[in-house]
Amino acid sequence: MTRLIFPALIFLSFLFLPVLADLLGESVLRTMGARIMIYAICAASLNLILGYGGMVSFGHAAFFGIGNYVVGILYHHYASGEPLWGLIPGSNQMLITLPAAMLVAGIAALIIGALSLRTSGVQFIMITLAFAQMLFFLFVSLKTYGGEDGIIVRRTNALFGLNMRDKTTVYYVILGVATLYFLALWRIVNSSFGAMLSGIRQNERRMAAMGISTYRYKLYGFVLAGMSAGLAGALMANMLRFASPDTMHWTKSGEFMIMVILGGVGSFLGPILGSAAFVTLETYLAGWTEHWPLVLGLILLIVVLGTRGGIKGLIDRLLGGRS
Amino acid sequence: MKRKTPWSLTGLATGALMALGGPALAEEPVKIGMITTLSGAVGYIGEDIRDAFQLAMDQNGGKLGGVPVELLVEDDGFKPGNGRQIAEKFMYDEDVKILTGIIFSNIAGATVPDVVDNGAIYISPNAAPSNMAGKECHENYFAVAWQNDALHEATGIAAKKMGYKNAFALAPNYQAGKDAIAGFKKGFGGEIVGELYTQLGQTDYSAEMAQIRAANPEVVFQFHPGGMGIAFLRQYQQAGLLGQIPMVLSEPATDAVILKAVGESAVGINGTAHWNWDFDNEASKTFVAAWKEKYGDRPITYYASQSYDTALLIASALKETGGVDDIDALRAALRKADFDSVRGPFEFGPNQHPVQNWYLVDIEMGEAGVPVTVTKELLVEGFGDSYSALCQM
Amino acid sequence: MTLLIIEQLLNGLQYGVMLFLLAAGLTLIFGIMGVINLAHGSLYMVGAFAGTWVATETGSFWIGVPAALAAAMLTGFAVEAVVVRRLYARDHLDQVLATFSLILIFNQLIVLIFGRAPIYTALPPAFSESVELIPGLFYPPYRLLIIAVGLLVALGLWGLINFTRIGMLVRAGSTNREMVRALGVDIRLLYTFVFGLGAMLAGLAGFMTGPILAVQVGMGEQILLATFVVVVIGGVGSIKGAFVAGIGLGVIDTCLRAFLPGLLRNLMPASEADALGLGISSMGIYLLMAVVLLIRPKGLFAVEG
Repeated sequence: MTRLIFPALIFLSFLFLPVLADLLGESVLRTMGARIMIYAICAASLNLILGYGGMVSFGHAAFFGIGNYVVGILYHHYASGEPLWGLIPGSNQMLITLPAAMLVAGIAALIIGALSLRTSGVQFIMITLAFAQMLFFLFVSLKTYGGEDGIIVRRTNALFGLNMRDKTTVYYVILGVATLYFLALWRIVNSSFGAMLSGIRQNERRMAAMGISTYRYKLYGFVLAGMSAGLAGALMANMLRFASPDTMHWTKSGEFMIMVILGGVGSFLGPILGSAAFVTLETYLAGWTEHWPLVLGLILLIVVLGTRGGIKGLIDRLLGGRS
Repeated sequence: MKRKTPWSLTGLATGALMALGGPALAEEPVKIGMITTLSGAVGYIGEDIRDAFQLAMDQNGGKLGGVPVELLVEDDGFKPGNGRQIAEKFMYDEDVKILTGIIFSNIAGATVPDVVDNGAIYISPNAAPSNMAGKECHENYFAVAWQNDALHEATGIAAKKMGYKNAFALAPNYQAGKDAIAGFKKGFGGEIVGELYTQLGQTDYSAEMAQIRAANPEVVFQFHPGGMGIAFLRQYQQAGLLGQIPMVLSEPATDAVILKAVGESAVGINGTAHWNWDFDNEASKTFVAAWKEKYGDRPITYYASQSYDTALLIASALKETGGVDDIDALRAALRKADFDSVRGPFEFGPNQHPVQNWYLVDIEMGEAGVPVTVTKELLVEGFGDSYSALCQM
Repeated sequence: MTLLIIEQLLNGLQYGVMLFLLAAGLTLIFGIMGVINLAHGSLYMVGAFAGTWVATETGSFWIGVPAALAAAMLTGFAVEAVVVRRLYARDHLDQVLATFSLILIFNQLIVLIFGRAPIYTALPPAFSESVELIPGLFYPPYRLLIIAVGLLVALGLWGLINFTRIGMLVRAGSTNREMVRALGVDIRLLYTFVFGLGAMLAGLAGFMTGPILAVQVGMGEQILLATFVVVVIGGVGSIKGAFVAGIGLGVIDTCLRAFLPGLLRNLMPASEADALGLGISSMGIYLLMAVVLLIRPKGLFAVEG
């Protein structure tokens, strides 16, 4: 029962964050909260393959960016009234765009994963990076969709007739999606599939010797993670009402890794904490000093060198020490 | 929108004093929010935008148009998402009504629509993408520098006026690069004997040099911003092409910082400008002198002039309105553009983008061993952009 | 046409040796210490800035060379002692993040010291004019100098690794790290040496490219990814691999950009040919890496371990 307290606490703080933001007159808290949740989804999906499955992907932003663009492109065709390739009509319905983003990101993950998972170690890191870079260059040169300027999504996607121009409504939609996502992820990591992934990380040879096709399970994990990153990217496009290639730049992939490590690799709640820490640092450091990259770099360095298991590990140790 | 409760001690103190009825203290400074890029290789542009704006404020004792102003500056880190978040912070938490500072079109694209939809004014000191000059134009959105396409159209006009019949055009393979070549072609109208797109962030241009030599055009036009442009020019000289085949450049490739880094490889090239340090008008002379006094021999870029003009424009409007409480009055005052621009003649077109003159410049070796742009002749007068017809306010 | 091909081959060779200088250090650090060092590009930047500054102050390009080497090497020693040493036992993930933080730190330190504007590097006077190599082929001699220096360094490394005691340890280290440790060799000293050597080569590369590129903040990241591609294609830990892959990639990349659109135009309409040519050449090196890894998952000259 006690292990439920922490997730509940996190959920409640996100639930009441907009209220707090209004009370303090710091509405930036609400925007930050929404960004934290979206990045948390993406970081958690990276954590699934990285923390549980041991696959260090340096190209996770590719799927985040694809989800981002699916919303942008569908909106573009919805606004212009011309179907994509003369076949697929555009859409501004969130119930269509979010699943579409997951589907396209999932297909991309299937192709990239099927090829990349033939390698491992450093080579896996580099080949996933290579695929993400290829996609980045592709989108930067797509004139129809604004090239490096990106696509403006004039209105947030519609959902059940809610007033999506209201930022608090959008916030709670994101909270809803994030909650569903983390519940689903909880079931996945605690299923036999999750156990299988962990087993592969700990000893791939043993799993193979047991007659398990490790390649196939790793690929399942990779596709799942890609779909989740696509979902996060689609939410981001809805929140920012903007899609752009910087969402798939290699430094973005680096940021997702930072969030996972900051929070605690392989811990379920770690990515949420890591994402919160990263967004908070980025927001307040940039406001505090123009030399914020220096401070951010030093903090990250200290966290990596000085802590084991990131923030989640620190909290566990603190709580463990008390009881 | 409701006023933010003053939480800080100084806020409370000011409130108390206001209650006591100190009239001079009652005047709270007008906040101006500046979102700009200070990180990475392009950070020098943001630095110039920030410092030139501050310079205009300092010249008037921290006031613009007689109204005390407070400049809030934040680095967008070259990320569109960050720009959007900073804008929200400025508007909702700091109650800022005038925003400015964005350098790049992609960050403007993510940020500006939100700002103007929220009833705040955005005044661009640099980027002005075509959609926001045309269909998506907005009464709260002003561009002080130029419309993006005008930069390259002016260069095309320059090449035509210099009598070149054919040209070779190069730019990186991204949207701004494609727009640059399209803009150049439109102004030039002559034959394009070669058109090459390079890779974004490419460092080695030797393959391109060989192709230029093989094509042997009358003139080369290339648009490579920042470090790419520095590398391109140096390699052009090293390949022995400088002096063999003339080159024309758009303004972003010839800013004072880039010329300093390029050195002798830039001498003999032609460029275009809407402002140059040697302009013979009072406003410009005052600006250049003030800059030199404060920053010494730090190169003075046209970015700085644009930001300085932005500050002067805001000053002219504040002088009339006395504050930002009445946005309609502020907007109307801004639209008049009743200020002495450092570029001389300046007015807004129907889409609130500049209508101004463009000049041909030569790049010559300056006294300090650093190349400088020297104004040669007027290229085109009262030049606006072709998108204003699409704009309906 | 022959002249054009020769010229492009020379260009490719020059780009290739530059990549080799960077990749040689990186692949050794990878292979021997098992550390992914994203900050290798920062050492390249440090070399470029320090060397250029000294060259400008003294007015001599040649005095800039030892300055660049020393600055990069000392920075390398410091990075190794303070950060990298703690990463040997960690997994790749921690290494990626720690060295990613170093990129942020180094870039901002350069901004603090040299400002945000790019700085100017003069060419050595003797190398500023184009020379006629064979009738009709004019070529910048500075690029020939880079090629010569690169090939000399390659030769030197080959000698060092094959004929010296320390080279033997390096070879042993990249094949079997545990064994070298077990033999009672002062592994810490070996690591410091390798890291310093790699940093020095990166600094040399940075300074040498100064006059043809832009010396500016973030210049390391531009070349970092290409360098990693070279290391991975060549096979982690293999100097020979770095050499072959570096030169190969340099030549292929240059020739793709130079000739592919023209070739494609013979096969299809011009506009389609340009679009395709562009697409392939800008993704070229990544595509190549993906293909190589799919055929040989450990790279071309993988060191078995």
